[in-house]
Amino acid sequence: MDNLLSIITFLPLVAAIILALFLRGDDEAAQKNAKWLALIATSATFVLSLFVLTGFDSADPGFQFVEEHPWLLGLTYKMGVDGISILFVMLTTFLMPLVIAACWEVTARVKEYMVALLILETLMLGVFCALDLVLFYVFFEAGLIPMFLIIGIWGGKDRIYAAFKFFLYTFLGSVLMLVAMIAMYVDAGTTDIPFLLTHQFGTETISIAGIHIVGGLQMLLWIAFFASFAVKMPMWPVHTWLPDAHVQAPTAGSVVLAAILLKMGGYGFLRFSLPMFPVASDLAGPFVLWLSAIAIVYTSLVALAQSDMKKLIAYSSVAHMGYVTMGIFAANQQGVDGAIFQMLSHGFISGALFLCVGVIYDRMHTREIDAYGGLVNRMPAYATIFMLFTMANVGLPGTSGFIGEFLTLMGVFQVNTWVAVVATTGVILSAAYALWLYRRVVMGDLIKESLKSITDMTTREKAIFAPLIFFTIFLGVYPAPVLDVIGPSVENLVVGYQLAVAEFEPLTQLAEGGR
Amino acid sequence: METILLFAPLVGALIAGFAWKIIGDKAAMWVATGLLFLSALLSWSIFLGFDGEMRQIEVLRWIESGTLSTDWAILLDRLTAIMLVVITTVSALVHLYSFGYMAHDDNFREGEDSYRPRFFAYLSFFTFAMLMLVTADNLVQLFFGWEGVGVASYLLIGFYYRKPSANAAAIKAFVVNRVGDFGFLLAIFAIYLTVDSVRFDDIFAAAPMLAEMELEFLWSTWTATEVIAVLLFIGAMGKSAQLILHTWLPDAMEGPTPVSALIHAATMVTAGVFLVCRMSPIMEFAPNATTFVVFLGATTAFFAATVGLVQNDIKRVIAYSTCSQLGYMFVAAGVGVYSVAMFHLFTHAFFKAMLFLGAGSVIHGMHHEQDMRNYGGLRHKLPYTFWAMMIGTLAITGVGIPTALFSLGELPIGFAGFLSKDAIIESAFAAPGEISQYAFWLLVVAALFTSFYSWRLIFLTFYGTPRGDKHTHQHAHESPTVMLIPLGILALGSIFAGMIWFSSFFGHTDQVAKWYGIPYAEAGAQSDEGHAEDDDHGEAKAEDDHGEEKKYGGHHYVLTGAPGEGAIYIAPDNTVMEDAHKVPYWVKTSPFIAMVLGFATAWLFYIRVPSLPGAFARNLWPLYNFLLNKWYFDEIYDFLFVTPAKWLGGFLWKRGDGNVIDGGINGLAMGIIPFFTRLAGRAQSGYLFHYAFAMVLGITLLITWVMISQGGAQ
Repeated sequence: MDNLLSIITFLPLVAAIILALFLRGDDEAAQKNAKWLALIATSATFVLSLFVLTGFDSADPGFQFVEEHPWLLGLTYKMGVDGISILFVMLTTFLMPLVIAACWEVTARVKEYMVALLILETLMLGVFCALDLVLFYVFFEAGLIPMFLIIGIWGGKDRIYAAFKFFLYTFLGSVLMLVAMIAMYVDAGTTDIPFLLTHQFGTETISIAGIHIVGGLQMLLWIAFFASFAVKMPMWPVHTWLPDAHVQAPTAGSVVLAAILLKMGGYGFLRFSLPMFPVASDLAGPFVLWLSAIAIVYTSLVALAQSDMKKLIAYSSVAHMGYVTMGIFAANQQGVDGAIFQMLSHGFISGALFLCVGVIYDRMHTREIDAYGGLVNRMPAYATIFMLFTMANVGLPGTSGFIGEFLTLMGVFQVNTWVAVVATTGVILSAAYALWLYRRVVMGDLIKESLKSITDMTTREKAIFAPLIFFTIFLGVYPAPVLDVIGPSVENLVVGYQLAVAEFEPLTQLAEGGR
Repeated sequence: METILLFAPLVGALIAGFAWKIIGDKAAMWVATGLLFLSALLSWSIFLGFDGEMRQIEVLRWIESGTLSTDWAILLDRLTAIMLVVITTVSALVHLYSFGYMAHDDNFREGEDSYRPRFFAYLSFFTFAMLMLVTADNLVQLFFGWEGVGVASYLLIGFYYRKPSANAAAIKAFVVNRVGDFGFLLAIFAIYLTVDSVRFDDIFAAAPMLAEMELEFLWSTWTATEVIAVLLFIGAMGKSAQLILHTWLPDAMEGPTPVSALIHAATMVTAGVFLVCRMSPIMEFAPNATTFVVFLGATTAFFAATVGLVQNDIKRVIAYSTCSQLGYMFVAAGVGVYSVAMFHLFTHAFFKAMLFLGAGSVIHGMHHEQDMRNYGGLRHKLPYTFWAMMIGTLAITGVGIPTALFSLGELPIGFAGFLSKDAIIESAFAAPGEISQYAFWLLVVAALFTSFYSWRLIFLTFYGTPRGDKHTHQHAHESPTVMLIPLGILALGSIFAGMIWFSSFFGHTDQVAKWYGIPYAEAGAQSDEGHAEDDDHGEAKAEDDHGEEKKYGGHHYVLTGAPGEGAIYIAPDNTVMEDAHKVPYWVKTSPFIAMVLGFATAWLFYIRVPSLPGAFARNLWPLYNFLLNKWYFDEIYDFLFVTPAKWLGGFLWKRGDGNVIDGGINGLAMGIIPFFTRLAGRAQSGYLFHYAFAMVLGITLLITWVMISQGGAQ
């Protein structure tokens, strides 16, 4: 099948259209139908994506399953995956059925909810598969809309504020990226990503209004992309939209946001910043490393002070994304391998943690930590599962959380020991906030009247967690399936990056000598 | 066989943890215990039949990234074999003991029977993690075990989940350990950066090279081995509760007593000592770092002993005693007699596990009363426990016949602790350098204190008249047989373990070399195994030392192994062990004198003139309070770290995120915000807004496309 990627990408959209056009009524039966259709569509997408995975040759670092068609207005529609993107596709298709299953109890505007989620899936898959700048941009930006709606319509009581904050932050970054894309097109004459990956953007120092810009065009482009991806990650100090968005988003929205949407920033760094602007990445590397290290310590400390469960986990997400940016801009094999692994593993773990919050939110309708305490007395299964993911979040060896953290730290240690030392304090802080949260919610005697009749997880809830538990432990013990797939592509990326940087350095020395 | 040994506890943990609902809790507990005894049996057969040759078994690939390659593997050498025996023996006995100890627990209510299989599952899981730690063939797998035992410890300290103090202690243990892990992780990174591998054989082979290598770390350049050794030791400090990072161990006594015996006395806390011994090739090339180890170990031994003098909780006394004894082990490792450190680790496991299980038996018999001020005269009510505790005390205080007076050939006669502790004190004296002398004196004083607090415990608990609640004393009872059997077995170990293995751990060079599988040769002769690159070195060294080499039975031997050959590495110029045999008689006798003094003082204080302790406490109250409050470490840490961290978190959140970042960005967007607020205002009146907004966005996008495509047409 030549257009397997397109089928996978657009299958959810087709389902969404069918839902929107043909499903009538808002009674219980119609709601059930909507949920079932969404579940079947996302599951089918997952099954189809398995064919991509099995057909993927991990020894080949290039793009595979490439399809190319002329598109409207003279543009090209081009899709394909390589070792860096394929697992994000898999993560997305794998998580979406679980997300749908997690909102089985939702009763408000179910049809629209399902439509929004299905469209979102298409757009997210599109981001990871697109091999054309314009196509990428469209998917990347359009993804904002359904998420914006999910928060704005199905969110908590301050949802409007949160939705706008989310929108403003992420959209402002994108405008700069758009300008940069136009500049890239002007410079290279094409929007074809595989071609742009081989294109060398200028690095001669240019001066604008008397300011010398080392790294020249590359640096400008890099800054523009950075503005967009840094907000998406989110990196410190443009992270404040995330806690608000998470707090207000419904459970499914939080899961998608944390598990998949946040990965777009990291993916963008790997697809654009590092390979296309290596010199600028190298020059700005220390800056990004320090931002990442600050993010880890800063947001971990802030997490300690939270009284809202979702906010706490959201801040912990920012800290974990700090490891990702740090690993990427360490720009060596361990760093980048670790960053990708961390993103995938964070997809399982943060997704599961938000689901854990969802489980008790569904029962008590509050996210306040102080409203809980002693849940272990009545919810032993919940306590066990929450413990597992708490430990995975802390980066316990044997869970997938450890491998990403370990590799990124190892990668950055080779580049900058100061950053590594500061970032490694994160292992202490994460233990503190995660275990403290667990203690306040789960441990202790159950004395609050309101909790006396709380019930343990249902079979449906357990079934949602089962695959997440499996992958968290499986990849922690045997990460080879992931590392083998990403390894060659990452090696290709890192080698190309190091070459480009090495070529540039004699030039700067010449320039400095000439002064 | 090794694989079965390793995974049996894991299987046990899974069955006890998850299958108990199907097979019943009793069956689940027996399965876990049975599998542990199987492991113990296999361990002993490996230990006794071990020939010193290192074996490696690959199990599964693990993390592979670029040149980094780690496997799940089983490495078997003498160090591992010793640890296997210690871990599985104590663990199996503790499993058995727990049948009695955990039978009824007031912390759980009627109908909550699932706590018993859960307890066994945690114990078995702990054992598995600990076995992974000691059988690792690379640092990352070791770290897996390291963290795994940390989690098990966290779960077991917080086992009584209804008690806030237990939950707090559990978190404290995990977080303080993580401070150590912080150092450990950096050590792994530094090793990978310099050696390009995390496998032990590669690291050890590179050790001499690392000693020459300059490593840029933070603000300066350092010798690579020194940096790595210090970072590793920070890890060891956390796990082994050495000074600065010791605060979690006394609090960890919140866990059920069998846990204290297994994890916080015999096995997990000794992991730090094991790590230092395992990394002996690095340590031998890091003289400054090892000096630091000696200093800190000796200081901890002294500090913990002083605090132990005044504690009233029976378990806390033993906990501080553990902390102190671990300090002894680090002194031994620091002065370069790794073998002696392992010796004390080995004997300590028996007598300390027994002291804890004995204390548990007392607590069990006294209805969970732990304050010694409410004990007294219990030797009649708990006769077996009394004798077990007595043997443990004789062992820990170091009762034996000073070699100056009598020995069987070269074998001293005494309880296990006597042989291993004296070996450490003699080694500290024999080691060169002022810090070693400092360590020697501190350890002798600590031995006096050890003797005092140990006898104090015995006298307060078993002698005198019953104090405290009458009802509790009337119902005090001896423990069931399942709890007494482990005490009996450990008692045998406490008496004989020292004498049986004395020559292997602390004998002559050739005996120790044979035990650890280190190549050795007669001084001046060629190495029989022909280590080409090492021959020159070894031979030259041997000739250098020729004059000093003392003869034993007409032979004298030197170690010729390169780093990585044999379970431990001892540099050719490290003659501490040989020298330790030749220390003056007064040195050899000093711990004995300290022990007698400590006993006499305790007898005076608690048997002869029971009013003395109170008088002392009153007259020396500043000192008494200082010790009672454990030198105020907890208060200082709370002031320095805990409170500021919470304050900083809140400050960064409200001020940093709230005022600076949000404030700044909102300020920037001032022009756009009013526009959106108007829209938002309208949004409340209907859903139309959302779709309108989506359309606006769509149009923006369309314009974008057109712009780009026009650019393409040019």
